[in-house]
Amino acid sequence: MAELSGKAALDQEFSDLYRRHLRDVYSYSYYRVGNHHDAEDLTEQTFLQAYRHFERAQRESDGRPLRPWLIRIAHNLAANYYRDRSRRPQSNLEDASIVSATHDTEALVEGRQELEAILGGVQRLPEDRRDALIMRFALEMDNREIARALGRSEGATKVLIHRAIRQLAQSLKDEDEPPG
Amino acid sequence: MSDLEQRLRFALAPVEPPARLTDRFERALTEITDAAVEELADWELRSMRDPRNWLRPVGAGVAAGLAGGALVVVQARQRQRRRSKGRRRALVTGVRNAAQDARGRLRR
Repeated sequence: MAELSGKAALDQEFSDLYRRHLRDVYSYSYYRVGNHHDAEDLTEQTFLQAYRHFERAQRESDGRPLRPWLIRIAHNLAANYYRDRSRRPQSNLEDASIVSATHDTEALVEGRQELEAILGGVQRLPEDRRDALIMRFALEMDNREIARALGRSEGATKVLIHRAIRQLAQSLKDEDEPPG
Repeated sequence: MSDLEQRLRFALAPVEPPARLTDRFERALTEITDAAVEELADWELRSMRDPRNWLRPVGAGVAAGLAGGALVVVQARQRQRRRSKGRRRALVTGVRNAAQDARGRLRR
């Protein structure tokens, strides 16, 4: 009976984890794969895998937040997704209107081109830099969390993000400047 | 924070998952549980033919019940839950009866 109540408590904790981080995992998946259909698949697979290993992850987390662990699962699944299906991330996000839910119309009208340029620039970054920026800006993860999700040190993560921003800035600048 | 960082925060706004995603996840968990229960039932029928295994399925039945617990987590549909619970209950009852029968036979 004690075993049963322990499992019920564990399930409740998994439920909390699911509700708390569904948007994080979905946002990461969407910016990673570039379309809603595959983002849904990736999110579902991430939580199924998380459910299978939840008890162990909790035991080994020493009370640390499990968000980096979840995002790491999504990160690994996304890598396999491209490898297995010989796909590349879509350079243009399928539904640029996703921002309409979080941005007012005026800002969208003014910034649409710029928005698309930034999203395109992010998609063209090397995988590790792109992931780091998604985690930092879409999920608002700090360096420690991103380091755990990517399996790097905090120092290396800080450098990675700095270089990603610098590369993106250069790429946007190159786009703005006419050739010649 | 630099201007580019502000623009990045704006561009990479969090994306709300569609409501259907939770339904999908519930269905996937249901399928996993149903498959586990069916597998257990098949295994049970096979193992019941061997008296050495008569007491083991009790533990296995409880394990299937535990796996199903996850469904409660994401508010699986009542109908699915009732069906799943009913099947598990029947399974565990069947196993318990068989175990009692086995114990009776051993006493004789």
